[in-house]
Amino acid sequence: MMWLSANETEALTLSLSVATRSVLLSLPVAIALAWVLTRKRFLGRTMLDAFVHLPLVLPPVVVGYLLLLLFGTRGPIGGWLERVFGIELIFTRSGAALATAIMSFPLMVRAMRISLENVDRGLEDAARTLGAGAFDRFVCITLPLMLPGVLAGAITAFSAALGEFGAVITFVSNIPGETRTLPLALYSALQTPGGDREAARLAILSCALGLSGLLLSEWFARRVRRMLGR
Amino acid sequence: MLTVAAKKLRGTFLLDAKFELPTPGVVALFGRSGCGKSTLVNVIAGLLLADSGRVALDDAVLLDTDSRLNVPAERRRIGYVFQDARLFPHMRVEANLRFALERAAVAPFVGMDRVVELLDLKPLMSRRTHELSGGERQRVGIGRALLSQPSLLLLDEPLASLDASRREEVLPYLEILRDQFAIPMVYVSHNFDEVLRLATHLVLMEAGETVAQGNLSEMSLHPRVRAIIGADAVGAIVDGTVLGKDSSSGLTRVQVGQGELKVQCGTGQPGTRLRVQLLARDLIVATEPPRQLSVRNSLAGVITSVAEDVDESDLIVIDIGGILIMARVTKAATHELGLAPGKPVWALVKTASLRPHVI
Repeated sequence: MMWLSANETEALTLSLSVATRSVLLSLPVAIALAWVLTRKRFLGRTMLDAFVHLPLVLPPVVVGYLLLLLFGTRGPIGGWLERVFGIELIFTRSGAALATAIMSFPLMVRAMRISLENVDRGLEDAARTLGAGAFDRFVCITLPLMLPGVLAGAITAFSAALGEFGAVITFVSNIPGETRTLPLALYSALQTPGGDREAARLAILSCALGLSGLLLSEWFARRVRRMLGR
Repeated sequence: MLTVAAKKLRGTFLLDAKFELPTPGVVALFGRSGCGKSTLVNVIAGLLLADSGRVALDDAVLLDTDSRLNVPAERRRIGYVFQDARLFPHMRVEANLRFALERAAVAPFVGMDRVVELLDLKPLMSRRTHELSGGERQRVGIGRALLSQPSLLLLDEPLASLDASRREEVLPYLEILRDQFAIPMVYVSHNFDEVLRLATHLVLMEAGETVAQGNLSEMSLHPRVRAIIGADAVGAIVDGTVLGKDSSSGLTRVQVGQGELKVQCGTGQPGTRLRVQLLARDLIVATEPPRQLSVRNSLAGVITSVAEDVDESDLIVIDIGGILIMARVTKAATHELGLAPGKPVWALVKTASLRPHVI
């Protein structure tokens, strides 16, 4: 991209890569959780619900700190991942994806739940009488009907992932080319003497990105609505 | 034989239902709105679990709470036509139909082509479901249920959400469904006209309970059925056999009991079974064989009972040779003619007031 500097291109592609991984990571989990929270009544449902929403009310730095404790090299999960799979999360872009996934997770689940609550259960019953088992019903009826929510959730989460700052910088630091996403690059530019111009350019880039996300989401939503005949 | 027994408590509403249907046949679950008809149908379908009960179709036991047997709805092979059709909105008509066919548990006895032809679905196949009219939606719903190769069909007020003319548009298809396949059907309705056209048996429900049941002719005389359908619609439903066309008048001669009715009907094919409702208000009772009257139909019989009815009138039940019919006369007439059980009488009815249905 000719009108972007090497640093800017690097931050942009890194941001997109981190956000993509983050969405791919959280999408299946969010669909499963949205389904469980909407459809199942069990002991501890309220607790689980609160837990899922926690990143929304906690300062991002706290989330980053908790991630450090759990997923750090000496943390219980991080240590195990490194020993068994050789996966290192701290100071890596995978770690950045994990941090953004957790921060944007509640937004994703929320959008899907609203959509799922609007799915007519009578249609699932109808599918049942036609011989469709539970998994079949979910894949062929429920999932397509909640697609607007899945898409809205994914796009909101993607946009949020592009902009996540606190949790990322706390958990995986600010390493150029590895974890320095757009907001982190903007922050670094502001810290550098004479970086104002750079910061302004990055801010404009972020705005353009966010706006295209919104427009894209609207376009998708319309297409899906038409497909569902609404 | 379909046998159903179910108890279920929902809040303060108790469903306590029990009925049997010889198969193949069409049983109408009849009763006012809110009497638990849909709840019962959902128990039969397996969408709702009864607190206790048993559902069996011929040799297949689908539910038996005593032995903790509960075949899941998706394996019961019960087709369900819903009041609101419940077509899948993200699929076109053809995909809706294919959905059912692909999941059928047995080798198809009715294929896509046959269903499309019987229900005239060809022009609808590539439509989206929200582009269909109410009547079309129900036709697709019926086709979809049929393509799941069901051994039992449940129809929960399939015409209730349609206006009168659309209803007339769909009813013939339901008759085709009944006549072309030997699939037993449970037909939920609070419209007696539909019941009259389609059912062979009637189960009457009141406040969650099945209060009476029997074949349609018997049940048409039942006091509780009379109370629901209203005085003007009360009348015996009788099934008869076509004897042939009367060449001079063009009317169709139908044998009912020991008597004969002349009706206006397209078919004159001897042997055809016809159903007519003899409305109590349309019947005239004579104590002598009538002469010099325009009335074409006179059925000789014997009074079996005289029951009090609304508005200073009596319902006279007359046996016309194994078949009971019912006439409403004023109390004054009962008194004057000395109408009482055992008395031989003639029941007169105008051909113009008879609407026969082929069954």
